[in-house]
Amino acid sequence: MAIAAEVLPSGSQELHVLAVDDSHVDRKVIEKLLNISSCKVTAVDSGTRALQFLGLDGEKGSLGLNGLKVNLILTDYSMPGMTGYELLKKIKQSSAFREIPVVIMSSENILTRVDRCLEEGAEEFLVKPVKLSDVKRLKEFVMRGKTEENKGRRVHKRKFEDDSHPPSSSSSTPSSSTPSSPLLPPPLTAAPFACDIAASELPSSPLRSWKRSKLRDSD
Amino acid sequence: MDIANQLQRQFMDYSTSLHREGFVDDQFTQLQKLQDENSPDFVVEVASLFFEDCEKLINNMARALEQQQGVDFKQVDASVHQLKGSSSSIGAMRVKNVCIAFRSFCEAQNREGCLRCLQQVTHEYSLLKNKLQTLFRLEKQILAAGGSIPIVE
Repeated sequence: MAIAAEVLPSGSQELHVLAVDDSHVDRKVIEKLLNISSCKVTAVDSGTRALQFLGLDGEKGSLGLNGLKVNLILTDYSMPGMTGYELLKKIKQSSAFREIPVVIMSSENILTRVDRCLEEGAEEFLVKPVKLSDVKRLKEFVMRGKTEENKGRRVHKRKFEDDSHPPSSSSSTPSSSTPSSPLLPPPLTAAPFACDIAASELPSSPLRSWKRSKLRDSD
Repeated sequence: MDIANQLQRQFMDYSTSLHREGFVDDQFTQLQKLQDENSPDFVVEVASLFFEDCEKLINNMARALEQQQGVDFKQVDASVHQLKGSSSSIGAMRVKNVCIAFRSFCEAQNREGCLRCLQQVTHEYSLLKNKLQTLFRLEKQILAAGGSIPIVE
C-alpha cells in the first residue's frame, strides 16, 4: 500500500473547476482567476449545461465521465432557467456528485439567500466580484480535501474513535454521522475565523463570504 | 525610451483621472493585474464583452420601456440587474451606480424615472467606452515604443 501511495497522483495539483455563469463578462473573469491559480476550467453558461457536462441531465447515453474529474463547482446564483440554488440541489441529490464542493457566487448579499444555500449544502457563498484571494482560498480548501481523501479519510475516523465517549462529548468535536446540520455553531475552541460561524448567527455585516461551520475540521 | 517614458506618464495621468472621476474603481485595477503574458489582451477582451453586454441590455431596456400597453418592469429590472452585475465585475463604477438608482425606479414602477436612468446609463456607457478606448490606445503606443504598461492603483 505504501508503494501505491507514492504512485498516487496526490502530487498532481491541477484541480478541475466547473464554473457556471450566464454572464459572459463574469465567465471570462472567473476563468482567468482560475487559470492564474493553476486550475483547469470548464466554463458553461447555464445550470442545464452544467448538468449536461456532469452527465446528470438524464440522458441515458452520457456516461458522465466529465463529472468524475470535477473537483469544485463554482456557480452564479441568479441565472435564467435554472438558478444556482436549483443546480446546487440537483448536485447534492446525486449520489455520484454530492461530494463535490459547490460554491455559490452572487452579486447580492442577502442573508436568507445565503442561509438557504448553505443549508442546502453549499460550501461557501461568495459575494461578487470574486477576488483572486477567494479563488486561492477555495483551491487550498479543495486541495486539503483531496489530500485527506488520499489518506483514506483516516484522519476523520481517528477523530471519531477518540471522541466516542458517549455521555461526555462536551469539549470534543461533536461526532455526527450526518455531514449536514451546517448551522450548528462550532465548538468554542475550534473556530478561528469569523466566517466559520453560521450565517444566521451573524449580525448583518460586510462579510463577503459565508462558510458552513465545519464539523470535520482540518486541524 | 524617452517617448516610452512620456507615454507612460500620460498613461498614468489618464488612469489616475479615470479613477478620480469614478469611471473605474479598484475592480478594474484588479483586472489589469490579472493580465499577463498568457493573456496580454485580457482587459481589452473583457471590456469588449462588457460593451457588447451594455448594448444588448440597453436595447432590451429601451424596448421594454417603450411598450405602450404597459411596461413590464420585471423585465426591465432583469436587464438592469444583469448590467449592474457586469459593470461591477469590470469595475465600471459610474455605470454601476446608475444601475442601482435604475433598479429603485423599476421597483417603484416609475416609467419616467426609468427613462431618465436609461438615458443616463446610455450616456455613461458611451463616455466609458471612449475613455477606455483612449486608455487602450495609449497602452498600444507604449508597447510600440518599447515600454511596459505601468499599473496604477
